[in-house]
Order: sequence, then structure tokens, then C-alpha cells
Amino acid sequence: MLVRRTIPLLITFVVGAVLILSKLFPVTSSLGEEFSIFFDIIAVFAFILGGGNLVKIHGNKIYRRVPGWGYSLVCLIGFFATLSIGMFKTGTGLAGVERWAAPPTYSGGHFNGIYEYIFKPLAATMFALLAFYVASASYRAFRAKNLEATVLLVAAFIILLGRTFIGTWISFWAGPESGYTLPDLAEWIMNYPNLAGQRAIMIGIALGIVSTSLKIILGIDRGYMGTDAE
Amino acid sequence: MSFYEKVANIDRRVIFLLIGLAVAIPIIFTVRFPGFPTPMVQEIFDLVENLPAGSKVLVSFDYDPASEPELQPMATAWMRQCIERGFRIYIMALWPIGQDMARLTVDQLKRDIAEKERLTGKKVPFEYGVNYVDLGYKSGAQGVINVVLTDFEKMYPTDSTNQALSSIPMMSDTKSLKDLDLIISISAGTPGLKEWIQFGADPAGVKIIGGSTAVQAPLLYPYYPKQLSGQLGGLKTAAEYEKLMGDRYPQYSDIKDNKGRIRMGAQAIAHIVIMLFIVVGNITFFIDRRRGKRG
Repeated sequence: MLVRRTIPLLITFVVGAVLILSKLFPVTSSLGEEFSIFFDIIAVFAFILGGGNLVKIHGNKIYRRVPGWGYSLVCLIGFFATLSIGMFKTGTGLAGVERWAAPPTYSGGHFNGIYEYIFKPLAATMFALLAFYVASASYRAFRAKNLEATVLLVAAFIILLGRTFIGTWISFWAGPESGYTLPDLAEWIMNYPNLAGQRAIMIGIALGIVSTSLKIILGIDRGYMGTDAE
Repeated sequence: MSFYEKVANIDRRVIFLLIGLAVAIPIIFTVRFPGFPTPMVQEIFDLVENLPAGSKVLVSFDYDPASEPELQPMATAWMRQCIERGFRIYIMALWPIGQDMARLTVDQLKRDIAEKERLTGKKVPFEYGVNYVDLGYKSGAQGVINVVLTDFEKMYPTDSTNQALSSIPMMSDTKSLKDLDLIISISAGTPGLKEWIQFGADPAGVKIIGGSTAVQAPLLYPYYPKQLSGQLGGLKTAAEYEKLMGDRYPQYSDIKDNKGRIRMGAQAIAHIVIMLFIVVGNITFFIDRRRGKRG
């Protein structure tokens, strides 16, 4: 009970209270900074746990030959290859202590090559696929079914056009200085209706965060400990 | 099957093909459109341009390759402007991959500088530790900002090359965020520009500008103009900034150095194709509805 419940609750209370106080009283601000550095240290362990978890989950899938286990194999090969290339700094030409002290991104290393020629194109490709799905969805789902949908559709049209040079072209009749070109209208939508909505959402989120944080700090919400039964 | 039915039940592979062509053709043939800088873009450009030489500017690379097409043109343009104006550049990253984005940008700048030196025969000062420093990535998001707000060395005992911060000349008079003249955050999400405003620039009393993706930009409007001096939102504004840079510094006016302007052609055509899809989709929707009512 003491280790599983009381100590975690106490740590949460102290850390949370100190971080709040550090914003209110300058005397405690250095404590707030120290706690932020603790986060950096804890993150190192989180990375190790994350790596261990990845190996466990995908290792299990491969061992049990579940459907799609081949993807897990590719994932683990990629993980271990990147990890070992980064740790041993292959391709950097360094040796001994210098090799261990150098960062993985040391000039000329294969680690940089993995990033440049594998990770970067793959990440960009995945994101670029969105354009195709957006186009397909816009054809099938973006319909003026009711008043709200029509307002959204008109706003989207103005923003889409206003965000390209074509918006300036086709509103030539208004004159670039008139303030009534499509880019101006797009800017108006962003500056007024969007701004009002965003502020309302932000205030709502902030109040929600305050309430949730207080519940966690005071030990009312214990979901983060894995159970709220007690 | 009638023409209407064919259009209403169009195979999505046809949509994919059309959008693929709309993106590929303008890039292959370098389709360009004239850029008219919007007021906020001009405002940001003037703000950076009017800082005195030797100003200390922190550039935070808070994005990854997925957002590179939109954000990299902004990063390159700002870094070029910082060099032209003779600023001292402090590079940071709140995203792990941001450190690599910064490295690629610095490599690009080195190529720019070599070209400029070749053409003019003059040496351009861009020495590590004197004109720029790369502090690298640290995990902790706003926690990192919280610490560097009062002490860089506390969070970064060494830079990204494991060199002690105390041994780097340009850090000798820069102890915290409060010693900077401008913060630039180029971000694709969280942590990013919003965290820099809330935990860094505002408490430090330092001006901040930023670049964000078109999707993220609307979320940051509530901070403008009091807490955020301006933001470039999406590729269009990046292209406009490149235009301003090219006009002010002609060595950057060559289109091959302006990735934002090249990509903007593709985005403009793709937007039109998407709008045509929406129009056609709605026409078929209304025809369907009318037929339904009659039936």
C-alpha cells in the first residue's frame, strides 16, 4: 500500500505543488527548474522502456506468427540497425574514446545517411499521401447538406482560394488595395470568426487542464497509477 | 450507365491520378505564380531586417520531415536573412528530428556562403561558436524552455557536438533567453511555437516570430500581435517570404533556391483540383436529392 499508493501520491503532490508555486513565488522558481531537469533524466528511462516495449510486442508477434508478422520483423530490423549504427557511429572514421564520445549525428556517419535517404523520404511520403485522401474525401463527403455544412463549405472555398495566388488573380476586379480580395477575405475569416472560436476553445481547455491537474495533484484522480479502485 | 452515373460513382483511383498529375506537372515544369506579400509577411520581414547587426537570434527547429515541404523554405529563408544581417544564431530543437532539420539547413547555408564567396571574392563570416551554435535537442518540451529561460548551461552543459557551453565564445554573454533579441520557432505542432510563446518569449520579454503549417496556423492567431509578433502560416507565406528575400538580396532570387515558390505552383493547382472535386461532388449530391424527392 505504501509503495504502490502512498509514495506515488506523495511524489505527485510535491512535484505538482512545487511547479505551481514556482510560477507564483520567485523563491521557489529554481526548484521548478530542477524538476524540469528531472524530467529530462526520467525521459532517458522512458526511452529505454519504450524500446523494450517495442521489442517485446513485435517479438511476440513474430514468435506467434500472427498475421502481418513480417511487418514486425521489418520494424525490429530497422530498430536494431538504426540503434547499432547510431551507437557504434559506423562510417565516421572515429576510433576509441572519440568514437564513444561523439554524437550519433557526427559528420559522415551512416546514421545521417539513414536519416537522409531512408527516414526523410519515408516520412515525407506518408504525409504526402494525405493529399490523395483529402481529394477523395472532398469529392465524396464535403456536401452542402444543411446550413452549417454550407457555411463551412463557403468558408473552406474562400480559405482554399485565398491561400493561393489564384485567389489574388480571380479577385482582380476588387483591386489589390481594396481589402475585398479573396486573400483579404481569407485573412478576415482567420482574424475574426476563427480567432473568436479559437479563444473560446483555449479558455475551455485551460479551465479543463486546471481542473484535471488539481484532481491529480490532490489525489482525487488516480487513473495514472493504473487503477482508480482504491 | 449514363454520364451522370459515371461521374457520381467515379473510381477513386481516377481522383488519385488527377491529384497526382496536379502536383507533379507544376513541379516538373516549374510552374510559377507571382507573389504578393501579405501584410503580416511584410511585417515579419521588416522586423528581422530592422534588427541591428550582431543581434542574438534563437532559431528553434521543431518539426520533422513530414512537414519539411512547408516549413523548410521558411527555415532556410530566415537563416539566410540572419547571415545577411550579421546576426548571431543560436540553434535549438524541441523535436528529436529537429536537430537533423537544423543540420540540413546549416549545410545548405554553407553551400550558399561558398557560392557567394566564389562570386564576390569576399569572406562571409559563418564560424561555429562565433556566428552560430547548435545546442541540439533535449527532451522535456516546455520543461526545456522553462530552464533556458534563466540558464542555458543548466539544460545544455554541452552543445550538440559535446563541446562545453562555457568554452563557446558566443555563449559568454548569453546566459539565458532574456539575453536574446529575437526568438524564431519553426514548428509543426507540440511542442513548438505555442510553448515558446507561453513559456519562453512572454516571460523573458523577448520578441518572437514563427513559422507553422497551414493546419496549425489558425490555432496561433489568438497570440497575435501582443505575444506573437507574426507568423508565417503554410507554404504560401513561405513563398512570399522567399520573394521578399529575393528582392532584397538578389543572390537568392534564383528560382532553384526558392523551394517554397516552386512548391507553391503545385499547391495552387492541387487546391483548384480539390475545389473542382467539391463542386462536382455537390452537383451530383443535389441531383441525387432532387431525384430522390421526385421518386
